[in-house]
Amino acid sequence: MDLKLDHHTQDDTEIVVVEGEIDVYTAPRLRELLIDLVNKGNFHLVVNMEKVEFLDSTGLGVLVGGLKRVRAHDGTLDLVCTQERILKIFRITGLTKVFGIYESVQEAIDKRKSK
Amino acid sequence: MAPVQLTISALPAHVRMARLMATAVARRAGIAESTLDEIRLAVGEACSRAVEAHRAHCPSQPIQLDLIDSAGPRSSSTAQDERSNPAAAPHNGHPAHRFEVVVSDKAPAKESAYANGSSGVAPSLGEHTPPGGVSGLSPDVGLAVIVGLADEVSIEPCAEGTVVRMSWPLGPTSPEDTRLAG
Repeated sequence: MDLKLDHHTQDDTEIVVVEGEIDVYTAPRLRELLIDLVNKGNFHLVVNMEKVEFLDSTGLGVLVGGLKRVRAHDGTLDLVCTQERILKIFRITGLTKVFGIYESVQEAIDKRKSK
Repeated sequence: MAPVQLTISALPAHVRMARLMATAVARRAGIAESTLDEIRLAVGEACSRAVEAHRAHCPSQPIQLDLIDSAGPRSSSTAQDERSNPAAAPHNGHPAHRFEVVVSDKAPAKESAYANGSSGVAPSLGEHTPPGGVSGLSPDVGLAVIVGLADEVSIEPCAEGTVVRMSWPLGPTSPEDTRLAG
């Protein structure tokens, strides 16, 4: 399945909804979207990955790149993911310590606002 | 099952085809369903790394995948020294039945932290993006993922390029065999 991207604003946070496969073929589109959102002043992002079917290290690189960009503006980039097959790659690479990974969009927003 | 050989061009779209083919052949070879996701991801990582390397150095050269069920007949091109080919090594006096994927590229090899099977380190936010790449991570992260996913791995830089060998046991596996640390 190809990559579908959507985004909307919720509680002062830009929610990016990703569906499909994030790999070396599709990752550039996600990268462009994240760059565009940051350039337009959205510094608090939540990437909802509940409908992601495949994620490789190229996709991880794009998420790390997005995190670097928002942090440059004292922003945040958190993830929503409960799928074990996707969480596995975050564990292998040690990125569970780098990203906030939550079970729902609302939980991600609430955690950020409570900090 | 007879070996399957696949040649792809150095195109990101072809990485997906390689993943699909490897997963289909692994399923047909009898790999446990729980392991198919690991094979899909590991093969994708190996092919992504090879495609990026070819795009930088030799975009017109093809990348070769060998999908080998060690319980079946072996082709002459895949009959290797047992030491460098874990899938062919006997186990407890019996031939080990394994599913092996070999990804061979022709890009100039450079020493990797993961060559010779050494364990790696978690990436940091300070890693660079390779020229022309989209990743914010070092290419070695892809190899780290392969090392984390495959049951046995060897990464062999040589004069002609790099050969990444990954293999998994065939047949049912216990949860301890496939569970990942962490």
